[in-house]
Amino acid sequence: MSSHHEEGFIRKYIFSTDHKVIGIQYGLGAMFFLLMGFGLMLMMRWQIAFPGKSIPIIGKFLTQDGILSPELYNQFGAMHGTIMVFLGVVPMAVGAFGNYLLPLQVGAQDMAFPKLNMASFWVFFVGGLVMLYSFLLPGGAAQSGWTSYPPLSNIAPAGQTAWLIGMVFLITSSLLGSVNIIVTAVQLRVPGLSFFRLPFLVWAQLVTSFLLLLAFPPLEAAGVLQLMDRVFGTSFFMPSGLVVSGQALEVAGGGNPLLWQHLFWFLAHPEVYVLILPALGIVAEIVVTNTRKPLYGYNTAVYAIVFLGFMSFIVWAHHMFMTGMGTAMSAFFQATTMIISIPSVIVLTVLLLTLWGASIRFTVPMLFALAFLPMFAIGGLTGLPLGLTASDIYLHDTYYVIGHFHYVVAPGTLMALMGGVYHWYPKVTGRMFNKTLGKLHFWGTLIGMNGIFAPMFFIGMAGVSRRLYDSTIYEMARSVQPLNVIMTYSSWLLAAAQVLFLINIFASLRKPKEAAADNPWEATTLEWAAPTPPLPHQNFAEPLEAYRGPYEYNTTSREFAPSTYRRPKPCQR
Amino acid sequence: MNEPYGWWLPINISANGAPIDQLITTLHWFMVLLFTGWGIFYLYCLFRFRARPGHQADATPKHFRLPTYLEVGVAIFEVFLLVFISYPIWSKVKNEMPSDEEALVVRVTAEQFAWNIHYPGKDGIFGQTSPDLISPEDNNPIGLDRENDPNAKDDIISINVMHFPVNKKVKVYLSSKDVIHSFGIPVMRVKQDAIPGTVVPVWFEANKTGKFEIMCAQLCGVGHTRMRGEIHVDTDEEFQKWLQDEAQYLEEYSDAGQREDENDV
Amino acid sequence: MSAVIPYISKPHPVTGVTNAKFGIWLFLASEVMLFGALFSAYIVLRVGAETWPLGSEYLSVPWAFANTVVLITSSLTMVMSWAALQMNNFAKYKKYMGATVLLSFGFLIIKYIEYSAKFHHGYFPANNTFLAIYFTMTGLHGIHVLGGIIVNGYLLFPGSKMWHTEPERFAGRVECAGLYWHFVDLVWIFLFPVLYLL
Ligand code: HEA
Ligand code: HEA
Ligand code: CUA
Ligand SMILES: [Cu+2]
Repeated sequence: MSSHHEEGFIRKYIFSTDHKVIGIQYGLGAMFFLLMGFGLMLMMRWQIAFPGKSIPIIGKFLTQDGILSPELYNQFGAMHGTIMVFLGVVPMAVGAFGNYLLPLQVGAQDMAFPKLNMASFWVFFVGGLVMLYSFLLPGGAAQSGWTSYPPLSNIAPAGQTAWLIGMVFLITSSLLGSVNIIVTAVQLRVPGLSFFRLPFLVWAQLVTSFLLLLAFPPLEAAGVLQLMDRVFGTSFFMPSGLVVSGQALEVAGGGNPLLWQHLFWFLAHPEVYVLILPALGIVAEIVVTNTRKPLYGYNTAVYAIVFLGFMSFIVWAHHMFMTGMGTAMSAFFQATTMIISIPSVIVLTVLLLTLWGASIRFTVPMLFALAFLPMFAIGGLTGLPLGLTASDIYLHDTYYVIGHFHYVVAPGTLMALMGGVYHWYPKVTGRMFNKTLGKLHFWGTLIGMNGIFAPMFFIGMAGVSRRLYDSTIYEMARSVQPLNVIMTYSSWLLAAAQVLFLINIFASLRKPKEAAADNPWEATTLEWAAPTPPLPHQNFAEPLEAYRGPYEYNTTSREFAPSTYRRPKPCQR
Repeated sequence: MNEPYGWWLPINISANGAPIDQLITTLHWFMVLLFTGWGIFYLYCLFRFRARPGHQADATPKHFRLPTYLEVGVAIFEVFLLVFISYPIWSKVKNEMPSDEEALVVRVTAEQFAWNIHYPGKDGIFGQTSPDLISPEDNNPIGLDRENDPNAKDDIISINVMHFPVNKKVKVYLSSKDVIHSFGIPVMRVKQDAIPGTVVPVWFEANKTGKFEIMCAQLCGVGHTRMRGEIHVDTDEEFQKWLQDEAQYLEEYSDAGQREDENDV
Repeated sequence: MSAVIPYISKPHPVTGVTNAKFGIWLFLASEVMLFGALFSAYIVLRVGAETWPLGSEYLSVPWAFANTVVLITSSLTMVMSWAALQMNNFAKYKKYMGATVLLSFGFLIIKYIEYSAKFHHGYFPANNTFLAIYFTMTGLHGIHVLGGIIVNGYLLFPGSKMWHTEPERFAGRVECAGLYWHFVDLVWIFLFPVLYLL
């Protein structure tokens, strides 16, 4: 009965329980925050390249003389990191891609708990608002880095409290989301879709969700402790005898600043794999579809990421080598850090070997996926010198670290996500994007990103610390200052390329629908078996069953055999 | 090396820096090698297996041996770096700490946004300090008890400028008054977080004289960027002379307590 | 219009659980990490402290003991309420669930008495690390108790209508609430000795 009445606008598009609508909501939210994180960084990059010069046009809205002040620099830096990680990439990769695709890829009609799913989006939304609001507080937003190390963060202005509250919301949202994803992937698979017939992206989301589920709570605990410190005057992270600008602090003392770091990195290391795993999954889907052959070593890759998930819980202290760690502990964490690089190598090797013997179609999403591979390789390889304490003595907290992780998250994850948007755009909208614009966007992004991040390794090698408002006061840093100028110009190129992207994905919506958008890439996984766009609250026109693995390209007499394809009964036999 | 600073590692003036540089260099050659090999294969695939009329993907299951061997080789190399290079360097840094007798002992107390460098003076004994006595107005940034503690009378405090002699081990007891800082001397290949509430020893030995920079590596507030210090690596004579000058200065101004040191930078 | 989602009231043939039960176990796993982190923080702070008071110097062991009894009893009544549903005895369910909710209120009231006695003596979280961690952990636990009251209260009154339409699903909900409630109980059983006795 009820299936025939129409939902109102609000139920349909705002407080919807349909995983597809929620996925798009997450996507739009994340896109807003990604652009905002980028915007903050554009202003910072101006200051880095041209210290003490007023920012053209927007500068006068920030400060009187139009120069980014050191206070604002620190706020923007901390919020760039926070926004990009917790409000940009995670909501995009897990919230948007996870929500939209995972039920489709397992053949379900929705997530296991649709209402919880809606709640998780709105909790995220509130968390985002709290973070935005923090910019308006006296003293501005959080400014102690995205890592919020106490005691600095404990004595920071009110924005830090808002940051903590915002984080509690974001953590709660991620917890709800991850429970939903795990239950959906395990319980709602259609008949015949055994674990080893799951698309690789589903596996990646599954492992990601476990990481979110188990690693976030310790940060929540740490956040509660820091809130207590800031609001109720406790001293969890404040040792005795602190003197700030000549004044003894009126706190009981007896706390431990390193406790925060342990709790923070216990989350934040798994978190970085949260940033990369969905990207690896997306890349695997795109690569396989466009090589027209199965994934080389699917099982190995699955075992590798599961192992990676486990290992990621015991490497966190590699971010803390310089806090005065002894030999035994550092030996342990160096060893685990080296071990954890092996599964990444395996996954990357799997993707690389998939190219062998392929018939590679250079579609727009494929360009992004192909670029991801070497970019991730650079980012990953540069993790190795950081993982050895001896070289980390020199490299710790220099721009080398910034270069390392941006290679994995920006030309790595972000490009994978962009590729993903192109890849599934036809299924989501029923239209095809403009391919020329897509290619221009690709080249602009690739060149822009490398122009920004490659020089960071040299700046870091020269010994320049990160989070410097103006590095030119150091003689050591002056030799690399020209690089900073190049990087800032590259960031404008990158920004220009994103304009093409936005034009492309929004303007293409106005084209007429094409029937060919049903399965334009001739892909095999279940989401392509759904109508375009998939039916609200139902997804598929009829119940499905899976008869084969996810990537049967050229393995049967057909060029591609979808998971749902059943060989006609009378066989050779 | 003629230019001290360029686009790669800066000049190394540390007696212990060479192995670190070597590790960094070896590792980067290794990475470049892997990446190039990998990249050639990648580009070759992109070219040879591009989609074109008449070309079809070959989906027959294959098993490649070479990548497995390579992966094992890489793993072995990583173990080698770990066990034979990184572990020994770190244990040298941590466990071969010189004793207080054989080294020049200095206390460095970081604060927002300066490095307070504290020498024990002629008697070789550090005076008592107490947070209650800290007072920027009286030029007593670390709360040295010059009034009551005889050991403190001759202590020398230098702000942001650290003098020490070349070819002598220097042992720094590092701490912080307020937030976490990081005591980084890139040319010395030294870095250590300064954590309030704890004192961590760090040691190094310079083998070249000259003036170089200390760079705070941990975000410590609005003035993080300004937290620049200098090391002045002196010859032995220069260093003794400096000590004497400082001692004399102290005597002359003993009633006025300490002196303004900042314009010395 | 709503999606058809399998295994809402019947368990999945392979995993052997319903969606909700699987979900609640996952949620509890994350809760274990949350309290595990706090207990680890407790250990780190205590090991690093110069002095650490004996819990009983500040806290009232008798009240806490009473609260332990209250909470364990409430866990029992929670089990009984679920068992009553299994025996199709809705009236008995109501009785036991009501008792659970009342006992949980009892726990909070005792906690309130304890807290106000502390404040009265001038013991605040800011005084020292022991009191800080005491208030933080028991406060967080108290919030969990409050959450339990809300869920159980819902299942007692408005939510119980489901019993007449989808009894199996309703029993599943009660079971999940019970799992959560036992967890809250378990946390207290750790908190009691750690904070009051050691
Ligand atoms: C997506 C995010 C992501 C990913 C995937 C990684 C991956 C890795 N990271 Fe990174 N890391 C970050 C994000 C990430 N990191 C962030 C955000 C920070 C800084 C936080 C802050 O301080 O603000 C950081 C900081 C950081 C540090 C601390 C540095 C410091 O502060 O001093 C260390 C130290 O060990 C480290 C190590 C590693 C290692 C060993 C890997 C490995 O997993 C990498 C494995 C991958 C490869 C090895 C490459 C792939 C394989 C090939 C190319 C094939 C050929 C190569 C071989 C055979 C070796 N990272
Ligand atoms: C996921 C994480 C992430 C991402 C993606 C980025 C992206 C970028 N980052 Fe950032 N960065 C961090 C995480 C991230 N960063 C962190 C954690 C820090 C440390 C902070 C700290 O010190 O505490 C940092 C610090 C940091 C610094 C050092 C500041 C300092 O130390 O003082 C710099 C300097 O140049 C920088 C630059 C950039 C640039 C130019 C980009 C560009 O790549 C951005 C490009 C952005 C886009 C291209 C987005 C466009 C979006 C759309 C078009 C919407 C649709 C998108 C999709 C569908 C995908 N970042
Ligand atoms: Cu001190 Cu940065
Ligand atoms: Cu890490």
